[in-house]
Amino acid sequence: MTVKIEARNLVKIYGDNTGKALELFNQGYTRSEIQKETGLTLGVAGANFEVEEGEIFVLIGLSGSGKSTLLRLINALIMPTSGSLLVEGQAIEKMTEKELRRLRGERISMVFQHFAILPNRTIIDNVSFGMEIRGVVKEERQKRAEKALETVGLGEWRNAMPNQLSGGMKQRVGLARALVMDADILLMDEPFGALDALIRAEMQEELINLQREIKKTVVFVTHDLDEALRLGDKIAIMRDGAIEQIGTADEILAEPANEYVENFLTGIDVSKILDASSVSKWPRELVRETESVSVALHRMKKADSDYLFVLGPRRKLVGYITRDDILPLSKKREKSFTDVIRKADTIPADTIMRDIYPALRQADRALAVVDEKERFLGIITHNTLVDTLDERKGGDGIAEL
Amino acid sequence: MLNFDLPKLPLGDAIEWFVRWLVANLSVIFDGIRDGLNFITGLLRDGMLAIEPVILILIFGLIIWLLTSKLTALLGIVGLGLIWNVDLWPQLISTLVLVVVAVTIALIIGIPIGVLMTRSSKLEAAMRPMLDFMQTMPPFVYLIPAVMLFGIGIVPGLFATIIFAIPPPVRLTYLGITQVPEDMKEMAVAFGANDRQVLRKIELPLSLPSIMAGVNQCIMLGISMVVIAAMIGAGGLGGEVMRSVNRLDLALGFESGLAIVIMAIILDRVSRNIGSGKEPPLSRIIQYIKKRRLQKKEQQASSA
Repeated sequence: MTVKIEARNLVKIYGDNTGKALELFNQGYTRSEIQKETGLTLGVAGANFEVEEGEIFVLIGLSGSGKSTLLRLINALIMPTSGSLLVEGQAIEKMTEKELRRLRGERISMVFQHFAILPNRTIIDNVSFGMEIRGVVKEERQKRAEKALETVGLGEWRNAMPNQLSGGMKQRVGLARALVMDADILLMDEPFGALDALIRAEMQEELINLQREIKKTVVFVTHDLDEALRLGDKIAIMRDGAIEQIGTADEILAEPANEYVENFLTGIDVSKILDASSVSKWPRELVRETESVSVALHRMKKADSDYLFVLGPRRKLVGYITRDDILPLSKKREKSFTDVIRKADTIPADTIMRDIYPALRQADRALAVVDEKERFLGIITHNTLVDTLDERKGGDGIAEL
Repeated sequence: MLNFDLPKLPLGDAIEWFVRWLVANLSVIFDGIRDGLNFITGLLRDGMLAIEPVILILIFGLIIWLLTSKLTALLGIVGLGLIWNVDLWPQLISTLVLVVVAVTIALIIGIPIGVLMTRSSKLEAAMRPMLDFMQTMPPFVYLIPAVMLFGIGIVPGLFATIIFAIPPPVRLTYLGITQVPEDMKEMAVAFGANDRQVLRKIELPLSLPSIMAGVNQCIMLGISMVVIAAMIGAGGLGGEVMRSVNRLDLALGFESGLAIVIMAIILDRVSRNIGSGKEPPLSRIIQYIKKRRLQKKEQQASSA
């Protein structure tokens, strides 16, 4: 595999007279300290990475983490303050204005978050834009633009105006405009960020399919972890301008480099989408308050478990019983186990993922998920949690949660 | 009363000295400009006056129809016919030429200045007070240096009109371009565009509505200057207005005033419609031709 893009100690500080700020950065000052001292913003703080040919490299981080800045350093829309960025072995910071324009026009294309579709041009003329800048003759422009529009499924719309198109369609136009340039490198700046969830998933799917055919080197910026995990061959997690960790989805999920990454993985993505009720499972066996000790023992045996949750009328959670507690009762030939019911650890149905972990750690057995009327909805154990996450990621990298 | 006994600053004298210096030393240039403009305006005026008024009115009507709508064209023809009927046709042509030439020159100078202001914050900072000055200085004042530089006649009228009408296109070009969304420009640069291409393919097309508003304002100010320019012999409808005031001739005053109003409304409607996103007959015709050509090409392609 050849390295397409390589960053070495890349630093970007916004503003004039960056000398002092750079010195402070080299002395190890943090972003906020540099801001306080000099009033300048550290955009990218010493990034090192390599992007190999044909892979999708995802930059992910919260807003202001420097991911868009880093993306724009690759095609020199922003010039680095120090360090080096090599595209196919050539340092962009040493290129002349003319060489940079050729780099942008021929070797790198870009897709934008808010599409940047020109409202005064037809769809096909929008797709032709880059070729027009490059000076391709009209007939060839038309031909290639039509083909690109077919590729993204908008062949019918070539003579429409942009205001007739939906957001998803506009971004297809943006994608066609980038693809038609035949550049090896594709930069995508949160391309699906402005689309609603359904369209976004569809576009991600299409990008994956398309990538199988075209095999571009893609640098993809997103703040959506799901998207990053789905698309990224390699993922770089950014924070305050620095890259915290680079790795495959599995590597990052299995071994977060530090606490920030760990929180990022759990706190942002899964917790937002999953709550206690959606990860809970219905236990294999349950017992009613009014049922007998022998029934309870029988069910425990059947479920291969040493405890059972006890429900009252209307599925109301009463508590749980353990085998150790009811075995003596069985010997004494007592029928009712109501005296040995223990209080269960419960958790409200809408608890977010992040808060489930600590509760689970403190629980004696499983956590019972209940709704606002104390009705039993299911249980969460360490195992159910891992299973759920595994299903969602479709991988097996989350052994340690 | 306090009396500081400060000497009066020779501000006005300095300006007067400067203009006199210009007249004394650069009269070759100003004479050349005057002769050139006299020639152009004379040619245009004589050319239009050589055409039978009825035919010219119909030609104007056609142009109005192409750029606006049927109703506007019809009303325009009626209005122009009225002016012809009250024997103000030559004066109308003379004023129209003055306005068109002045506005054309104002735009040729003004729009590039507006563009340059977006490229240089220093120029922008320098132009801002100058534009304020040009817009708020009573327009009569321009007449004095205009006469000193160009003598009496239509050219000093042009000069004063240009100065008075130039700020709106400058300001609105600047405003339009600065309001072009940043991501559009970034997109163009990301596809390898240079500064000229960004200007031509992104900034100018996207700021066209604003620039056209500047053109419209420029025309309106140009017309409002017509009467004032008549004070230094620019003639035309403004000359008739001046004459009617001097003679207290209400009939002539009303007729020539109304003629100016009619001309102003026609020019306003026509210039307002360009670039406003509306589709006058002309753009529909162009689109039709384009479509036909496209269809022909596709037919050729499919038959081949």
